[in-house]
Amino acid sequence: MKRFIGFVKKEFYHIFRDKRSMFILFGMPIAQILLFGFAITNEINNVELGILDKSKDHETLKIINKINASEYFTIENVVENENEIEAVFKKGEVKAFLVFEEGFAENLHALHKGKIQVITDATEPNTANTIVNYVQSIIQHYQQELNSTSDMGVQIDIQTRMFFNTELKSVFNFLPGVMTVILMLVSAMMTSISITREKELGTMEILLVSPLKPVQVVVGKVFPYIFLSIINALVILILGVTVFGMPIEGSLILLAFETVLFIITALSLGILISTIAETQQAAMMISLMGLMLPVILLSEFIFPISSMPDLLQYISHFIPAKWFIIILKGIMLKGVGLIYLWKETVILIVMAVFLIALSIKKYKIRLE
Amino acid sequence: MSITLKNITKSYKKVTAVDDISFEVKPGELFGLIGPDGAGKTTLFRILTTLLFADKGEATVAGYDVVKDYKEIRKSVGYMPGRFSLYQDLTVEENLEFFATIFGTTIEENYDLIKDIYVQIEPFKKRRAGKLSGGMKQKLALSCALIHKPKVLFLDEPTTGVDPVSRKEFWDMLKRLNDKGITTLVSTPYMDEAALCDRIALIQEGKILKIDSPSNIIDQHEKQIYNVEAKDMYQLIQNLKEFPENESVYAFGEFVHYTHSNENFHPEKLEKFLSERDHKNISIKPTSPSIEDVFMDLARKKDVKPTENEA
Amino acid sequence: MKPEETVIEVENLTKKFGDFTAVNEISFKTYKGEIFGFLGANGAGKTTAMKMLIGISKPTSGEASVTGLDVFSQPDQIKKNIGYMSQKFSMYDDLTIKENITFFGGIYGLDRKTIKNKIKQIIESLGLEEVANKLVGALPLGWKQKLAFSVALLHDPKIVFLDEPTGGVDPITRRQFWELIYKQASQGTTIFVTTHYMDEAEYCDRVSIMVEGKIEALDTPKNLKTEYKVDSMDGVFLKLARNIE
Repeated sequence: MKRFIGFVKKEFYHIFRDKRSMFILFGMPIAQILLFGFAITNEINNVELGILDKSKDHETLKIINKINASEYFTIENVVENENEIEAVFKKGEVKAFLVFEEGFAENLHALHKGKIQVITDATEPNTANTIVNYVQSIIQHYQQELNSTSDMGVQIDIQTRMFFNTELKSVFNFLPGVMTVILMLVSAMMTSISITREKELGTMEILLVSPLKPVQVVVGKVFPYIFLSIINALVILILGVTVFGMPIEGSLILLAFETVLFIITALSLGILISTIAETQQAAMMISLMGLMLPVILLSEFIFPISSMPDLLQYISHFIPAKWFIIILKGIMLKGVGLIYLWKETVILIVMAVFLIALSIKKYKIRLE
Repeated sequence: MSITLKNITKSYKKVTAVDDISFEVKPGELFGLIGPDGAGKTTLFRILTTLLFADKGEATVAGYDVVKDYKEIRKSVGYMPGRFSLYQDLTVEENLEFFATIFGTTIEENYDLIKDIYVQIEPFKKRRAGKLSGGMKQKLALSCALIHKPKVLFLDEPTTGVDPVSRKEFWDMLKRLNDKGITTLVSTPYMDEAALCDRIALIQEGKILKIDSPSNIIDQHEKQIYNVEAKDMYQLIQNLKEFPENESVYAFGEFVHYTHSNENFHPEKLEKFLSERDHKNISIKPTSPSIEDVFMDLARKKDVKPTENEA
Repeated sequence: MKPEETVIEVENLTKKFGDFTAVNEISFKTYKGEIFGFLGANGAGKTTAMKMLIGISKPTSGEASVTGLDVFSQPDQIKKNIGYMSQKFSMYDDLTIKENITFFGGIYGLDRKTIKNKIKQIIESLGLEEVANKLVGALPLGWKQKLAFSVALLHDPKIVFLDEPTGGVDPITRRQFWELIYKQASQGTTIFVTTHYMDEAEYCDRVSIMVEGKIEALDTPKNLKTEYKVDSMDGVFLKLARNIE
């Protein structure tokens, strides 16, 4: 045990004395998160709107004027036909379209119901989301005004439709992805680099020719990173919650458990890489090409898996990150518990056990 | 026996790094493996320290088999690999402490063993190992290899790339350790260091050329060597190579070492030969061989043989 | 003595890193066709001094010229006019002998025909006919170093800098290497060489010994041995370094 503690102490010295490590460990997660903070702003100002008014009555005119009068929107384009909408979007002239149904005012008075459709250009998902919210609040305000002057009890129904990026991805959807990528990077890349560094220096030879058991060396190398990865996960979550108002609907304990499980899976991948790579550079390349790319591309982080070719969909099943992102979204956004996430959890456990077994088996006690 | 090797052979792909090597190191001995880069010294060290499997042959260290009892060996040997394998970002003190803990001991426990060496670097104990000079790194690496009081000490080229002063200091330390009874196997490409070992093995291209004590090796060398001196060194070498029945002509410090291929050598004839070729201040004197002379003689004979066979 | 052509001229050359003075006001000259041994303990400032002379490190103060070019203002020209070879890097292991020569010839701006001639000449003089198309990595160290020396001379520089050219090389090849050096020097090339083998110091025409950033001794090996009353360069070196400590 004393040997182990001595070993772990040494690892912490390495980490705290290497500026590059410290940056990857702490600078990068914070930078990443804040980058999102700047990229995804919640403020909108004078956003260009398009109008398709099939009714052209006094009610639609009032609503259009109200929207145009607000500081948030300017009416930029008026079309007569549904078919023109896409062309206008493609030119990028407007960010959203308001479509009034035929006979809007009549419906409102006779049926106490009116329909307005908001179509957004969702290539900028967060802006699209915000536009919908703002339009909604202006129209609701109008509805309240109507109801307070008469007791009709009208209801204006707002339907939203997305163009281009039908599955709206916002910061809430990105955050679990960012967290997954960072944990993968820190855990897998940093461990593989720290083990190969000893190979490069030649100190691995001395460690091998010492009474330390291979398991002690591996666990000693990995232990500090478990600890640091947990801190990292915490930092990301706290920033997510405080800066972006990210909800954590589900159980914190379950979230912690799943995170540690994923960290362990990533660490064993790191050990596995270090058994193949002889140099720090090789370890870095393998981590980036072999782990980061699949994690970013095949985990639903950026691209929807459902629209990928069958082969890629099949491969994505073997990416631990994919399952972890599902779990994270489940817990944080939907607030579901283990009853709904047991399948993904079991898959992660199986992967972790398999990878640990494999990396211990492949860990060389000799130089060949 | 502290170390035994029997018919050890090891190949990498097509290259035979170690070719059927056998020798023994007695307890308390300071044994030197002397040979240039690529002779197979490091491979031998790695086989003995259980880092590599030999293709053929058997070996034991401190009575343990290098294959079966590798765990025991790893507990009882000290190993200093070719590069000074230290943690560059840890201080002198932290490095030493780390190696002490992983071997389950403390600096205090075996301090008297490393004291002589460590006091020289102690003033810099708060300095990171990466910032030490070559000589100091070498001393620290030795301290780290010694901290658990190993039964056998393996030093793979501890003096390579180190200046002559540090090299001399290092050998003085090895001598003192040897007096304390620690069996040491050390390798070096510097032939002049051979004389400081109890026994040496001259090794080249995976084969042992000779094993014996340095003095025996020199005594057994029968070839008479002549120190030849003249003003123009380069021209002297060229002309000596033209002298009939010459065997070897090698520059050696300020002299040229000359050997003749038969017994009928007459210095006067050579002197005449050289002065006819405009050499000034010619001097030809018999001298005793050094380990390097013997090494070159043996290496040359080994090289000559296969071509003779082919012819 | 006839007036000799100066190839390196160094006057109070100094290099400081922060508070630390690595090279402290060194001065010396080397001449055409001279073998100049540049010795010193690890950390004595040898490497730093050499880096300034080959134009890859800017001196803090002092003056120095190499083949008549100023190290402050013309480092790039210096690089074109000198040969350099070190123990650590000399050739690309994953290129063949011919490819290496072609590559380095190209770097120094030799035309195709010259490169072709040089390849032929080098391969013949070193007896490498059979391995000319083999990867350099497969050659024994000694051959590699001899080849590297020839490559450093591809563009017929007036001076060639050799940084521990024979480290780890077997004793016979080491001597063959020195015979190459002698031959080159006799043709008028200046050789600036560092080594840890003290017997090699004796092969030099003149030797300088650096101790803690300063040149403490500079003379022919013979004069140095007489001055320090020892019978080998090893003795000179030990005496000098010990005195300082």
